[in-house]
Amino acid sequence: MSRNAQNDHLTRLEQTSIHVFREAFANFRSVCMPWSMGKDSNVLIWLARKAFCGKIPFPLLHIDTTYEFPEMYEFREKAKVIHGIDLIVRINEDAIRRGIGYATHDPVTVTHELKTVPFKAAIDEFKWDALVTGIRRDEDPTRAKERWFSPRSAEGNWDYKDQPPEFWGQFASTAPEGGHVRVQPLLEWTELDIWEYIRRENIPNPTLYFSRQGKRFRSLGCHPITHPVDSPASNIDEVIEELKLTKTSERAGRAQDHVGRNSMQELRAKGFM
Amino acid sequence: MNTQSLSQPVSTPSLSVEDHRKMHVVVVGHVDHGKSTFVGRLLHDTDSLPNGKIEQVRKNCAIEGMEFEYAFLLDALIEEQEQNITIDTTRIFFRTKQRAYAIIDAPGHKEFLKNMVTGAASASAALLLIDAKEGVMDQSRRHAFLLSLLGVKQLVVLVNKMDLVDHSETTYQKIVAEYSVFLKTLGLNAVHFIPIAAKHGENVVAHSAKMPWWKGPTVTEALDGFAHEDDLTGLPLRLPVSDIYRFDERRIIAGRVEAGAIRPGDELIFQPGGRRSTVRTFEDWPGPETRSVVGTGGSASVTLSEQIFVERGQVASHPSNQPRVGREFRARIFWLGKEPLQTNKTYRLRLLTQNVEAVIAKIEKITDASTLESKEGSSVPRDSICEVIVRATRNIAFDLHHECPITGRFALEESGRIHGGGIILDAVSKSAAPSGKVTAGERTARSGHPAAVVWFTGLSGSGKSTIAEAVERRLFDAARNVIRVDGDDLRISLNRDLGFSAADRSESVRRASAVAGLFAGTGHIALVTLIAPLAADRAKARATLANHAFIEVFVDAPLAVCESRDVKGLYAKARRGEIAEFTGISSPYEAPESPEVHIRTDKASQDEAVDLVLSAIDKVLQGKGDDWEV
Repeated sequence: MSRNAQNDHLTRLEQTSIHVFREAFANFRSVCMPWSMGKDSNVLIWLARKAFCGKIPFPLLHIDTTYEFPEMYEFREKAKVIHGIDLIVRINEDAIRRGIGYATHDPVTVTHELKTVPFKAAIDEFKWDALVTGIRRDEDPTRAKERWFSPRSAEGNWDYKDQPPEFWGQFASTAPEGGHVRVQPLLEWTELDIWEYIRRENIPNPTLYFSRQGKRFRSLGCHPITHPVDSPASNIDEVIEELKLTKTSERAGRAQDHVGRNSMQELRAKGFM
Repeated sequence: MNTQSLSQPVSTPSLSVEDHRKMHVVVVGHVDHGKSTFVGRLLHDTDSLPNGKIEQVRKNCAIEGMEFEYAFLLDALIEEQEQNITIDTTRIFFRTKQRAYAIIDAPGHKEFLKNMVTGAASASAALLLIDAKEGVMDQSRRHAFLLSLLGVKQLVVLVNKMDLVDHSETTYQKIVAEYSVFLKTLGLNAVHFIPIAAKHGENVVAHSAKMPWWKGPTVTEALDGFAHEDDLTGLPLRLPVSDIYRFDERRIIAGRVEAGAIRPGDELIFQPGGRRSTVRTFEDWPGPETRSVVGTGGSASVTLSEQIFVERGQVASHPSNQPRVGREFRARIFWLGKEPLQTNKTYRLRLLTQNVEAVIAKIEKITDASTLESKEGSSVPRDSICEVIVRATRNIAFDLHHECPITGRFALEESGRIHGGGIILDAVSKSAAPSGKVTAGERTARSGHPAAVVWFTGLSGSGKSTIAEAVERRLFDAARNVIRVDGDDLRISLNRDLGFSAADRSESVRRASAVAGLFAGTGHIALVTLIAPLAADRAKARATLANHAFIEVFVDAPLAVCESRDVKGLYAKARRGEIAEFTGISSPYEAPESPEVHIRTDKASQDEAVDLVLSAIDKVLQGKGDDWEV
């Protein structure tokens, strides 16, 4: 597709995301981008490079639960080089010593201990005042209420009942005292947009998203609680065709979302992405 | 209820016309006039719900002993279900045969107006629901007023709950008549008034058999008739500067084209400031090919042919069609802050990437959004609309809203939080012309930065002039008013009568101070390069110039180094005894004890020296409370 085609849907999404990136970088003292190595994360990297003319001018953070798929670690090292990433990796060693793990604990506890706790610790350590996340409004109803720039308190809490108004391209430009602002350049994108953009731009991604023996991952998390879906889609074109027809939700294979009636809401109020 | 995604994009297999641009539609109206029910029904009737969703909600309702309602489909958050009101703008995607939509289910509850503003500001069209039985209510009017302010021009009014008024055409006509008059006073015009019964899907997607008198479109037909938001590419170029990137040797001006289009080779003028340069390249990644034009909505990464001072907030335009530059305008504001808007308070005015302090100089009238009645007052309560005079503390670039909406509107912020927004109605020219003596403050205001005197002292040949010239270049390019007062120049003009005796040197320092003082008095940064060997003379100069920021720069190089350079051949002459009392040879140089800047030119590079001086100037001027960046 021609790069001059300004009016197509993907280019519009791309250009808006670039604007969000640039406004964040201009407004905040210290920016960091958590990186899950998943498809949305990888699209973010691509958009950041477009926004900053090739270079990502802030560090990326990988919260390593130690339960990543082996292929994800390989992908991490490869992508680090390709994109010139300044990568910070954090593991909650203490929780692992205490024996927190999927074999013995429920997914909400493990996610909290191995993701949210080290994530908050890293924020405290580096004092970032802006975090770029790959949240999309279409992922989950609680995420539908997000803003481009979403302030979080020092405790990481999200006061979704009293969010600042956001209009005419004016975002919340200051982090709450001791807190930070979540910057969400992919808010308006859908899962289908992500894949169509990956195809158009040829963005590197883990191959776990493609079908092996009739199954593929639609969303990637810790391996004990992430289940593949039945799918024959073995390449990007087939994934896109599949998504155009599907009516099941993207995170259906993510166990922690479905433990309680309102588990996502609980996780997110505690600081989960 | 399981919180599975409602907003899953679903494509209808029979998609006939490819229009992948999602249209954003906002749904507004008085509380309980049926917004959520309408959206739920719309999703259902356009086959946009995930498999099994509706059965699941029906089942949950049955378990809890409640009658099924389409509104439940939307109430994803538990709190919402408890309060039975929608608390925030959720986005829900659906498709008609024509194209994709994102519906913003804006809330109707009075407290949550700021969420509605957020939703409506990003919408290109609005659906406003009025309960046929209850009729036009407070928020029916208030929301329309906000839509007119936010610039949503495509409006369809849905007269809902027609089933509760026996599908009466008379009732429908009564509402149409009453509400049309109101909309007209706002300058709004509803494209259609559609009678519907959302609960039963009447006239939502399919025509209703119960309202055979209705010959107009259904809701989806009306939506498909909407145009996307105006394409602003035809307007004059407005490119607000978001940032300047210097990650490598390139200096890239980054920003989003908010109106018009930009091409390599275009001459640009940056306002406020008025510096001009030409677009050299677009630095698109990944290369190698780059765009030949960036239109409205596109992010631009521009390098310029001439290195001029550019900073975040400035607006680039073509010289033939520039924005206005000024610090005072009349605006219509909607105020959402918990604290009232007041005249004696300072707010931050945010217009595109500009962010300046501003005060409300005058509140002209406060309008009740539901009755449109105006009154006077000195403070504006929450959720009100008013007309005010806004006065910024320095110049900003803007357009009038009717000329170019995107540069004609702004947000007001207090303590880091946006509390209101407004559109610019008129520029205000200074009504009362200032009289009397022109003050230093007025001069500083005109030059846009405080004045300063930078005094370079040091041996002949130490590098004073070379550094000062480079500093001057950088400041000049940064759009600062700057001038050099050079000792050698003075010697052949003003100081022609002076020699090298101690008394003459003292006099030459006095005269140079006076000249520097005059320039500083006009708001300039004066760069004085004069040996000024005696500490007492320099102290006098500093005292004379006490009204201005004074920076002493000691350009320090060993005598041997200066002598070996001997650019002007003066050392040789002095050694031969042709110049009497030559500093360093036959006359003393008293090195400054605590200069603001100390440069060892035998150790520091030219660039480092220049940076040292610039950062000292920076500090002084920043201390004076102005935004300043070199």
